[in-house]
Amino acid sequence: MTTIPLAIPRPVHPTGIWSWVTTIDHKRIGVLYGVTAFIMFFSGGIEAMLIRVQLMRPEQTLITPEIFNQLFTMHATTMIFLGVMPLSAAFFNFVVPLQIGARDVAFPRLNAFSYWTFLAGALILKLSWFTHAAPNGGWFGYSPLTGITYNLGHGIDVWILSLQVLGVASLAASFNFIVTIVNMRAPGMGLMRMPLFTWMTLVTAILLVLAFPVITVALIELYFDRAFGMNFFNVAAGANAVLWQHLFWVFGHPEVYILILPAMGIVSEILPVFSRKPLFGYATVVLAGVIIAFMGWMVWSHHMFTVGLGPVANSVFTVTTMMIAVPTGIKVFNWMGTMWGGSISLKTPMLFAIAFVSMFVIGGISGVMHAVAASDAQQQDTYFIVAHIHYVLFGGAIFAILAGVYYWFPKLTGRMYDEKMGLWHFWLMFIGQNVTFFPMHFTGLNGMPRRIYAYYSGMGWDFWNLVSTLGAFILAAGFVIFIYNMARSWRNGEQASADPWDGRTLEWSIPSPPPEYNFVEIPHVQDRDDWWEEKQRRRERREVPVVAGGSEQEDAHDIHLPQPSYWPFFVSLGLFIAGFGLVYLMNMDAAGVRTLNYVALITTVIGVCIGIVSVYAWSFEPVNDPEPGGEHAAHH
Amino acid sequence: MVKHYRRLWRLIGLTMLAAALAMLFGCTPNDPQSTFDAHGPVAQSQLNLFWVILIAGAVVFFAVQGAIIYLIIKFRRRDESIPKQTEGNHALEFAWTAGPTVLLILVAIPTIFTIFDNEVSPDKNALTVEVIGHQWWFEFRYPHPDDPTKEVIFANDLHIPTDEVVNVVLESVDVIHSFWVPKIAGKVDMVPRNANTMWIKADRPGFYYGQCAEFCGVQHANMRFRVIAQPRAEFNAWLRAQAEPAIESQDPLVAQGRKVFTSPDAGCSGCHATGSVTNKGVAGRVGPNLTHVATRTNFAGGVLDNRDENGLVNDAIVQRNLRMWIEDPESVKPGNIMARDIAAPYVDPDRALTEAELSALVAYLSSLK
Amino acid sequence: MAHATAAIHGEHEPTTTGLNHRKLLMWAFLGSDCMFFGTLIATYLVYKNKSVEGSMPIDVFDIPVTSVSTFVLLMSSMSMVLAYSWLTRGNLKAFRIWLASTAIMGTTFLAFQVFEFRDFAVHGHLTPKTNLFGSTFFTLTGFHGAHVTLGVVWLLSILFHSFRKGGVTPEKNLDVDLAALYWHFVDIVWIVIFTVVYLFGVFEGFPGAPVATGH
Repeated sequence: MTTIPLAIPRPVHPTGIWSWVTTIDHKRIGVLYGVTAFIMFFSGGIEAMLIRVQLMRPEQTLITPEIFNQLFTMHATTMIFLGVMPLSAAFFNFVVPLQIGARDVAFPRLNAFSYWTFLAGALILKLSWFTHAAPNGGWFGYSPLTGITYNLGHGIDVWILSLQVLGVASLAASFNFIVTIVNMRAPGMGLMRMPLFTWMTLVTAILLVLAFPVITVALIELYFDRAFGMNFFNVAAGANAVLWQHLFWVFGHPEVYILILPAMGIVSEILPVFSRKPLFGYATVVLAGVIIAFMGWMVWSHHMFTVGLGPVANSVFTVTTMMIAVPTGIKVFNWMGTMWGGSISLKTPMLFAIAFVSMFVIGGISGVMHAVAASDAQQQDTYFIVAHIHYVLFGGAIFAILAGVYYWFPKLTGRMYDEKMGLWHFWLMFIGQNVTFFPMHFTGLNGMPRRIYAYYSGMGWDFWNLVSTLGAFILAAGFVIFIYNMARSWRNGEQASADPWDGRTLEWSIPSPPPEYNFVEIPHVQDRDDWWEEKQRRRERREVPVVAGGSEQEDAHDIHLPQPSYWPFFVSLGLFIAGFGLVYLMNMDAAGVRTLNYVALITTVIGVCIGIVSVYAWSFEPVNDPEPGGEHAAHH
Repeated sequence: MVKHYRRLWRLIGLTMLAAALAMLFGCTPNDPQSTFDAHGPVAQSQLNLFWVILIAGAVVFFAVQGAIIYLIIKFRRRDESIPKQTEGNHALEFAWTAGPTVLLILVAIPTIFTIFDNEVSPDKNALTVEVIGHQWWFEFRYPHPDDPTKEVIFANDLHIPTDEVVNVVLESVDVIHSFWVPKIAGKVDMVPRNANTMWIKADRPGFYYGQCAEFCGVQHANMRFRVIAQPRAEFNAWLRAQAEPAIESQDPLVAQGRKVFTSPDAGCSGCHATGSVTNKGVAGRVGPNLTHVATRTNFAGGVLDNRDENGLVNDAIVQRNLRMWIEDPESVKPGNIMARDIAAPYVDPDRALTEAELSALVAYLSSLK
Repeated sequence: MAHATAAIHGEHEPTTTGLNHRKLLMWAFLGSDCMFFGTLIATYLVYKNKSVEGSMPIDVFDIPVTSVSTFVLLMSSMSMVLAYSWLTRGNLKAFRIWLASTAIMGTTFLAFQVFEFRDFAVHGHLTPKTNLFGSTFFTLTGFHGAHVTLGVVWLLSILFHSFRKGGVTPEKNLDVDLAALYWHFVDIVWIVIFTVVYLFGVFEGFPGAPVATGH
């Protein structure tokens, strides 16, 4: 196109690093998300291991209190924003278009932008270990501890800016998936025929779109306070220290469901397939998910039962929090109903999915215990809560994500993982999970607060802390096997068929790995679990059970796919540079004098300029070059 | 088939046994901060509620986990036949919506009663103690026994009369802290400029451990305190003694130490007061009030324990601990504000204490009873 | 089975709902932006009358002046509607005139805001650092101003683009439609801000009536 400003030719790299930088293929972006998120997840795991080693025995001094506070802040921030959320995003990317019979997402370049921006935010956070400015205010960043008065230096600024950049990434991805799911379903796929995972993706994306702006504003306010001396959380100026908590948890509680709903979606895909039965009470499970998301907005103050909101508020939030247990329970019972009368095959994905249900129930029960505001006063901010969140997020979300990894691995790579190693991994994880986190219930009820860098012998916490640390090593061993299994099987695994699990949804109707255009013909959906029904119909007609995709050559050259682009990457690069600049924009010394850092200012301006130029170039770059003979992506 | 079920039941039974054993083994009421050993009505009500919800939770736990194991074994794939494709069952789904709802309502009712009971003080006129959070120690202020316009300041140990309601006003001078004495009451946060109130009551005399439960910075782990519940008469005597200045010692070393304490070079008295009585509502100095420092059961927010094996404050231990603390507070409690930011002898190497000054200061402080 | 041979990302591609992708995206974004402004306004309201020192709304607001700028912004929405309407009817010239007038009115509004901010700082002794009112007020209205600025830049881009052959055509009215949607949204947000911040801040009888300050 002649009007492209900045006459940079369209990227045409079929392979190599530039093909990854410029890719807008949802499957490759899914891989980028997944691999990056697992690297971040393991870095968060190393942080957790250091915490566990420090707490293994009483009165240890391996880690200084300052570093310890940075470790748990980074661990939680990493696991939530760089681990579980992007791992879910990896599944959104890879699975959702395949499940709804689409060739890509609605905005492929925006999708690439989401990934690169996520990476930018992740780097801003994790690089702080190397600049000795790792945040130390906890992942919840309660004011006034995160205010400049009590937290000089740039650790909190790193935390603020990385969360802001990650927020941009999450929002962009969520807009994209909302539009994709609402608008790009194959003909015939009504809302109530959508696979459960797609449903939960939609619900999660809507939650994200509404929840993230709240934390965005809170972070802006905190940043303005720190950098420019404003008063949002300045208690001396009459500010209310609890406002931060309200803003944070109005975002933070929906965030909990942002973490768990995709996991529930994954499990709702796997249980039916490995039970050879449709999901029990599909409509109820969907509705329960929607209700959970809706009610997730009405329970935030249960994180604040001890703040002093008064008995009326505490009673109200007790009741709403208990109510949210009902739809959650419905899901669990429906999953069990799915298994009932089925033909259960205990492959690795299924084991993880069942373990998810089992672990999530434990986390759910302790969750209801916390809903009881009066007795929660004894549990709030103790290891009992640490146990609870790890049953929900590790035994819950991570188990489901691992289930999903094993389940879709053959589809993604065209190869099978090693089942034996998978089983080893599972059992180490299952045992490790319970050995690590179950004792935390005990240490918590025996009065051990969270976030303490050391404890004295004689408090009765020695034994169970030692057990927890042992469990953490079991988990680590499990992950070593997992990494080995994934790396080896990706290269040398057995060839996988298109439909190794006798699947039910559309992604199993196409070859493994899927061709770049996914579907040669966009399928016409006639049923919920359409691919399963299709197979039954063919079986009844005694047709040869065809592996889908049909003949691959057929008409493939007629499929126009959106073309790669440099611009998403460069917009993200601009955000990264600008974010870095803003972290260091204002310095404050111990005497309370603020100075402007000119290098940081110039860095910020450069970043913003790169961003603006790239956005401009992007907006004038057509999705497809219109010339005939332009890049047809189906050419290999 | 029979054999099959036997194996199933054995598995379920073993799991439950293991869980029950772990419960028994894990909940140890003798630990200093165990929530299973309530010594006051607030902690007791919270514990009672915990048992209610624990039993309800245990029922759900065993039912669900048992059912999952049952399902895995009963419906394990045995051949390649396709099972009946059941889509759902409205009656069942209604049942497992209604069941938990009823269960939760049953739990919610006692919960709400307890919330109100614990938040509303049964005796508004009872003794009111102000608890003020500092990074990283607790300050306690009592009404003066004679003069209602004055307060008596103390730190680290919260003395309360036994078997009486004590109203507690919770404040903070810096960040958010949380006041928690597991055996007496669950925690309530200490929010700057936003005072909270709670009430506590100890059933019998005792020595109870408390700790800050809201992350409050570098030394959050060592922001601890003790609650000393004593009979009313003993408490009155204690409070009266606190309202008096410390007995002046005539020892020359003590006099020298007093001089060091008030000298501008060491600057101790800039942050630490040695008079415990102050006007009501007047903010204390930055550091803990040291009027009767040698009578405290612990220093540095619970890092240094001054008690001997009989549980009594021991002069020799007090002196040893004071020396340890004054000599190198940073190594005793890394990151504490005195050593790191404020006190001249630690911030400015030129003004570090000499050995003679150190000994004198220890002698002086350990004379403050 | 339908052969999907067409490019999947055309302007008029069939979608499940019939709504265009970009339009749906814009609605989702505006929903998100509602929460953004909602949180800012919530912060403002939480801190209303909580400042311990410095200027208060009643000390600085000049309702007649802000009413004028509010009126200008409201009128810009109308002119935006006219611009879009002329475009769909194929009158590019009228479209350009109304589009330009929308941008000019937006700029006028911004000029008022700059003037107002300066006036508050110089004569009202109110800066973002002064007190809670200053922090919440400047942040809320500042972000609104940033939204208007972005809108003006967007409108001007379309305007310049329309001078290129085929840059803006009645068939491709979606580009303008999206900008209009955004513009109206920003306008509506201002109505809320004007009511909640300015009117409630000055007139008695409104929720949280003003507290006279002695300073």
